[in-house]
Amino acid sequence: MSNILVFVEQREGKVRKAALESLTLGRALAARTGGTVAAVVAGSGISGLAGELAAYGAAKVFVADAPELALYSCEGYTAALDAAASAFSPSIVLVPGSMMGKDVAPRFAARRGVGVLSDVMTLEVENGRLVGTRPVYSGKARATVSADPAAALQIATPRPNVFPASKADAPAAGEAVPLALAGLKIRAKVTKIEAAETGEIDVAEADKIVSGGRGIKGPENWPMLKALCHELGAALGASRAAVDAGWISHSHQVGQTGKVVSPSLYIACGISGAIQHMAGMGSSKVIVAINKDPEAPMFKVATYGIVGDMFQIVPAMTEAAKKMKA
Amino acid sequence: MNHIVCLAYVPDTETKIKIGADGKSIDESDVKWIVSPYDEYALEEAIKTKETKGGTVTVVTFGPAKADVGLRECLARGANEAVRIAADGLAQVDSLGVAKLLAAAIKPMPFDVLWLGNKGVGTDAQTLVPMLAEFLDLPHVNLVTKLEWKDGAVTCWREIEGAKEVVETPLPALIAAQKGLNEPRYASLKGIMAAKKKTIAVKTPADLGVDVAAVSGDKAAVRWTKLELPPARQAVKLIPADDPAKAAEELLRLLRDEAKVL
Ligand SMILES: Cc1cc2nc3c(=O)[nH]c(=O)nc-3n(C[C@H](O)[C@H](O)[C@H](O)COP(=O)(O)OP(=O)(O)OC[C@H]3O[C@@H](n4cnc5c(N)ncnc54)[C@H](O)[C@@H]3O)c2cc1C
Repeated sequence: MSNILVFVEQREGKVRKAALESLTLGRALAARTGGTVAAVVAGSGISGLAGELAAYGAAKVFVADAPELALYSCEGYTAALDAAASAFSPSIVLVPGSMMGKDVAPRFAARRGVGVLSDVMTLEVENGRLVGTRPVYSGKARATVSADPAAALQIATPRPNVFPASKADAPAAGEAVPLALAGLKIRAKVTKIEAAETGEIDVAEADKIVSGGRGIKGPENWPMLKALCHELGAALGASRAAVDAGWISHSHQVGQTGKVVSPSLYIACGISGAIQHMAGMGSSKVIVAINKDPEAPMFKVATYGIVGDMFQIVPAMTEAAKKMKA
Repeated sequence: MNHIVCLAYVPDTETKIKIGADGKSIDESDVKWIVSPYDEYALEEAIKTKETKGGTVTVVTFGPAKADVGLRECLARGANEAVRIAADGLAQVDSLGVAKLLAAAIKPMPFDVLWLGNKGVGTDAQTLVPMLAEFLDLPHVNLVTKLEWKDGAVTCWREIEGAKEVVETPLPALIAAQKGLNEPRYASLKGIMAAKKKTIAVKTPADLGVDVAAVSGDKAAVRWTKLELPPARQAVKLIPADDPAKAAEELLRLLRDEAKVL
């Protein structure tokens, strides 16, 4: 029997979708190993979250609720995960592969002297050990990674947006267990959060992305792409060429030196499809290429493509999306 | 202020990847190697800070002899000293093992800031930074795109989903660079000449008191059990664009009815 502990990322009292994906995955693994799923959440004024986590299968919810945990700190949130792991003795720990999760999981792993199966897109338990796969070398290869079967604890960070999130058929007990973090030492502290433009969906969390590259020609043309984003409920992405030209901020950049995304739909407009761009979006489920150059490498990975001028095609897509909704 | 920059020498992102004979790693024969781009941001920031505030910059890598080329590049750009932990002939060491080796090398060295890139390009695991910070009992800030120095402390802007976190940390600390922090410089001719004369201190894992057999190969905490080329994607379905309005409608119909993503 192996118990599974899931680290739940919350911000401003809201559970992040990636955490629900990890809980759902934890539940699926527990069904095979015959173990129980628990969740751990850190923050301030968050004890009300247990019910939601129970709906996703958490039999126990360890809650580290303290004013000094109101904003994220790796040291504080790692201490919470560590305390929950000591109380629950899981054999598997899942931490969503978000910016926060990828900060917390390795610090916790080092404390326990074990490794992390990072950024996995599949995850299974085989003969008592965690085995996952993930893209490496800019998506030019796929590695199968496995944890040390002798390790007392095996840790993975599933890539966000890859695993589905669904409620359990019947809610679990969701028994809230308060965690007291004695001797908490927090040196690096978040003092403030500067939000991006309001109402924008971040590419790293988006289920659909419309991206523009050098083909957009200048920042004055983003409204054309934003209109399509609006109709499709998509986030706005960009290639490095567009970012480096100063047309848009780096937070929109997809790729090797930008964000790695796995949306269900990625529409690349005026992006050639350089390997470093594909490193960021190659694992998207459906890819659409819109490019005037039929030889553009993006067509090699695309599911659908239109060879043509994006300044004609994109507005037509916005109109078509409006019509479809009507 | 003294700086240590850890860097990785990695396959160029443009390099063609071939699977090695063992089916678990890449065939390194025709690979072009570079200093990982994120590590270049880290190095640049360390050199820039040294130039304004004084101190030294030491670069440290865990890698085989060919990584000396990368270390010399860093010396040419302005690093003062270079240390290489010799990886020649070792089986694959995972991040936990690398963090142990780097921690052992760094522990006796005095520094105010330890710099890394936020990930090593290629393996992209993003696990080394927090692991190394934990082993050295340092506070760390990951994904930093901007910083401001204070007396004995630093304020960092860290990129997260849809926002930036402003993080304050006392020094010494580990800071991990993200693209946007700066534009790395090129080495000057004078720098390149000077770098040629410098010696690179080479240490073996045994010199550092680390039992590398216990953290590598089939003893590594995380093993690569298979490496394969990614599954081929289906051929693209091209939609004729003679009439943009019709093409757009057809595309959206396919996305809704066939791909079922709308
Ligand atoms: C270390 C390293 C890291 C990198 N990291 C990243 C990264 O994170 N993300 C990233 O994106 N890149 C990255 N790059 C850069 C990458 O190599 C490419 O240079 C970049 O992706 C090109 O962007 P692009 O496709 O927008 O521009 P281009 O390659 O110039 O392509 C523009 C495309 O637009 C098309 N086009 C032009 N006008 C129109 C029109 N009117 N209608 C339709 N199509 C049109 C053209 O046919 C062309 O295919 C990195 C490079 C290096 C060396």
